[in-house]
Amino acid sequence: MFLSMLACCRSGTGIGNRALRKSPQTVRLGTAALQERHASTSEAPLKSTALFDFHREQGGKMVGFAGWSMPVQYKDSHIVSHMHTREHCSIFDVSHMLQTKVHGKDRIKFMESLIVADVAELKDNQGCLSLFTNEKGGIMDDLIVTKTDLGYLYVVSNAGCADKDSAHMKARLQEFKAAGHDVDLEFLEESLIALQGPSMARVLQPGLTDDLSKLTFMTSVLTPVFGIQGCRVTRCGYTGEDGVEISVPTGSVVALAEKLLTNNEVKLAGLGARDSLRLEAGLCLYGNDIDETTTPVEASLVWTIGKRRRQQRGFPGADIVVPQIKAKTQRKRVGLVSTGPPVRQHTPILAPDGRIIGEITSGCPSPCLKNNVAMGYVEAGFSKVGTAVQVEVRKKAVPAVVSKMPFVPAKYYTGQKG
Amino acid sequence: MAARLAMRCAYAQMFSVLPLSKSSVFSPTRIVSQAYIKRPLSASSRLCAALRYTDKHEWVSVDGSIGTVGISSFAQEALGDVVYCGLPDVGTQLSQSDEFGALESVKAASELYSPLTGEVVEVNSTLADTPGLVNKSCYKDGWLLKMTITKPEELDSLMDEASYERYIKSIED
Repeated sequence: MFLSMLACCRSGTGIGNRALRKSPQTVRLGTAALQERHASTSEAPLKSTALFDFHREQGGKMVGFAGWSMPVQYKDSHIVSHMHTREHCSIFDVSHMLQTKVHGKDRIKFMESLIVADVAELKDNQGCLSLFTNEKGGIMDDLIVTKTDLGYLYVVSNAGCADKDSAHMKARLQEFKAAGHDVDLEFLEESLIALQGPSMARVLQPGLTDDLSKLTFMTSVLTPVFGIQGCRVTRCGYTGEDGVEISVPTGSVVALAEKLLTNNEVKLAGLGARDSLRLEAGLCLYGNDIDETTTPVEASLVWTIGKRRRQQRGFPGADIVVPQIKAKTQRKRVGLVSTGPPVRQHTPILAPDGRIIGEITSGCPSPCLKNNVAMGYVEAGFSKVGTAVQVEVRKKAVPAVVSKMPFVPAKYYTGQKG
Repeated sequence: MAARLAMRCAYAQMFSVLPLSKSSVFSPTRIVSQAYIKRPLSASSRLCAALRYTDKHEWVSVDGSIGTVGISSFAQEALGDVVYCGLPDVGTQLSQSDEFGALESVKAASELYSPLTGEVVEVNSTLADTPGLVNKSCYKDGWLLKMTITKPEELDSLMDEASYERYIKSIED
């Protein structure tokens, strides 16, 4: 068997080993995203978060991801870690992601010139998932934007797009400043950890003075956490479970992680579990399921485009995207379920008659459902839930069914019973 | 991770106790049994037949005219929890190095390559319901298939225990 892709999974010793020892060989299926993202960093050393040593001490197996050395798993197996998150809660180090504050009177106008969201209509301290779009209507990145009541927008976007996103925002900033508008950007140095799972609230509440039951899904608050000042807690995540992301001063992130781990409910989880959790939750991975060539309509993300924005437009590529809402697109992102051999990225999707009608963009065996779940793009005619298709795995056609997402029901905390 | 560390310790001990040279005075079986004593995580069935290994981490164990094939502990540990085994049909003709199937974990897939030339006579059907046996018992209950051995001389081209240990160490460094 080829273990080439696992060459990057060795826990390195010493600084020199943070860079990959071997350049990626045969790209193995599920880890294609991991390999591609760090292919260029075999020259440049990988960056590390403030938790790097901590991860290693806790038995983390480090891999390169988006230019960063991140833990793919710890001592527990992938499946154990995944299920622990669904049944208890897990800590994920997401400090590699880009955190930005947008200041100034014209910050909303500024942000709306770049993303599809209706930022003005957000309630104070409410956030939403949104998309940076390009001039062709393709997706540059996905992000969460929160309208704080402290005079700034708080934005979290992907590590793999950090350079691209910051350059994009800076370019627009120059235009706005030149036109006399009042906007400023601040790229944050804070660390970011996610605490995800049904016991999150029980674990975190003792560390907060505010009542967590008042912090509903997609709302955010500045608050000390277990005595650590300067934290922002946002009730959101990438697993489909109830959870938070905690932005914490870098000097204190290890202390926070250690404090959380004193609770038996909490374990560390890495990128491996993060990926299978988000896929079960039907959440897109930028670079796999959405990219510069996919429009929000093709990607089945029309809901991210604010109603007012569909009328007023004003985001890049709006004149291409908005007409697609009515006219429909040739291809659409769908969920697929199958049994038998797991389905992975780049697997062809076939019509019942064997014709190629699309391609898988993400797939993995589902630890919860014990079947295979996947996302991919298919010709629009095959995009209805319940449509029977096939996937070609190792030259054999295997039956699959177009399915609703999320595959595993979401458990976001909306403040209501049930 | 733990298995790998244990194997490394065992390897170091083995070489300090048995001063092996290229033309070893020890028979393969004795090396295996010596190595085994210092390697608590290995399966006991290795005492019964000397294993030969491919550079792709399959092992083959010969009993008369039938070879049993599986993957090594190093391989199963690196792969992670196996969730699906893609194995060939009985009767499939394989040449040495032919791809005969794949093992899948949540995150990765790894192809399997035949250590020898021969015909598949039996496939481990318990793996359909319990693919995790490949992790729990890679040398015993997690065997993959049994095959005839058309060219016994091919066994000489495979690594013995000691060579495979050295090979693993060279990959890890």
